[in-house]
Amino acid sequence: MSFRTYREVTGDDRSQLGEQVAAQRERVHDRLRDVTRVVAIMSGKGGVGKSFVTAAIARGLVRRMPRGVGVLDADLSSPTTGRLLDARGPLRIDEHGVHPALGSAGVVVCSMDLLLEDGAPLAWREPASERFVWRGTLEAGALREFLADVVWGELDVLLIDLPPGTDRLDDLTELVPTLAGAIAVTIPSEESRRSVERAMRRAAQAGVPLLGVVENMSGYACARCGAIAPLHEGSAGSMLAEAFGIPLLYRLPFLPGESADRPAVLDALTASCLAALP
Amino acid sequence: MKFLCIECDEQMRFEERQQPGDGTFAAAFTCGRCGRRIAMLANPMETQLVESLGVKIGGRTLEPEPMEIVRGALVAREGAFVDESGLSDGRVRPRFSDESQERLARVPSFVRGMVKRLYTEYAVERGIAEITPDVMDRARSELGLEGM
Repeated sequence: MSFRTYREVTGDDRSQLGEQVAAQRERVHDRLRDVTRVVAIMSGKGGVGKSFVTAAIARGLVRRMPRGVGVLDADLSSPTTGRLLDARGPLRIDEHGVHPALGSAGVVVCSMDLLLEDGAPLAWREPASERFVWRGTLEAGALREFLADVVWGELDVLLIDLPPGTDRLDDLTELVPTLAGAIAVTIPSEESRRSVERAMRRAAQAGVPLLGVVENMSGYACARCGAIAPLHEGSAGSMLAEAFGIPLLYRLPFLPGESADRPAVLDALTASCLAALP
Repeated sequence: MKFLCIECDEQMRFEERQQPGDGTFAAAFTCGRCGRRIAMLANPMETQLVESLGVKIGGRTLEPEPMEIVRGALVAREGAFVDESGLSDGRVRPRFSDESQERLARVPSFVRGMVKRLYTEYAVERGIAEITPDVMDRARSELGLEGM
């Protein structure tokens, strides 16, 4: 017995799964049509203050960019950017889609933090068995919906706060092939350098332009006199910048909340990142 | 996926789909030449995997709702979303339940849009928030839409 091939049987494939997936990608493209640039904030390592840096840059950029700034918190399991930007739900849905929350200074935000119960882990309402098979797919689907179904409107920049690791970056580059670039965040330590370097190599392999490095917790700023004291050993920021031939955008010291230098320092961080944007 | 009647070497025609329970997806196909009927049963895991991609087995009959996956599958906080997708006069647009979408899928595509509009108008006029197969049955009977 010999069968004809799928393509030789010329009748319709009613499910048209390939076409449905293509339509999903098209919706992402259409939704981001009025967003001038999409920039990822990435780090291979957790705990480097990536979400803090994202929120600080967003707050600074929104004063300099007339069309607006958006933040998509792609860290679905440990979302914090929404809280850092004082964004609150519920999210409003109308015939245009899901409207983002309004954060501090007018930054528009979408984050899983707005949707989960306080303190509740990310969980899906599906069978408890074999979760590993479909969990990643659901999370990639959620990221796609955050991009495609949120009414981002006209923006000068949409910052994507990526979780540690590289999986979500891969999802993002497939969904947004026109990603304008990525800013890497590290702390000074050698452990961070090694971890962030892996993530940056992955980004480079995926063809994502690396815009620069921010070294966070680069010393401790005295709340009284502003003097910077050492906090972590190492110089991961400058080493990564040199290795990839990109600028070290800023060394951001740990700033106590009452520090008088805080606004000026965050302003300088924003200015350096703005200069690096394509 | 295409189904071929081996006897006739002819592509089988889709007849209907059902989700009979426990997550199983069932689709029935008929050979237009010899009349042979078969049912394809996808196990719950396969069904779940495909649905988690945000695609519909058997094709889409309705445009995707905003954040379909997140709103349908996430264990979210109460009131995470406020649905204001009302009609122009402020009335709420009813949603089609999964079962009614299955039934709508069996309506020939060239009249599906019109049938959907009739059911929607029927539900809006009566303040019905969700269109279920029962609502569709009542609408068919009251509006004289037998056969749709």
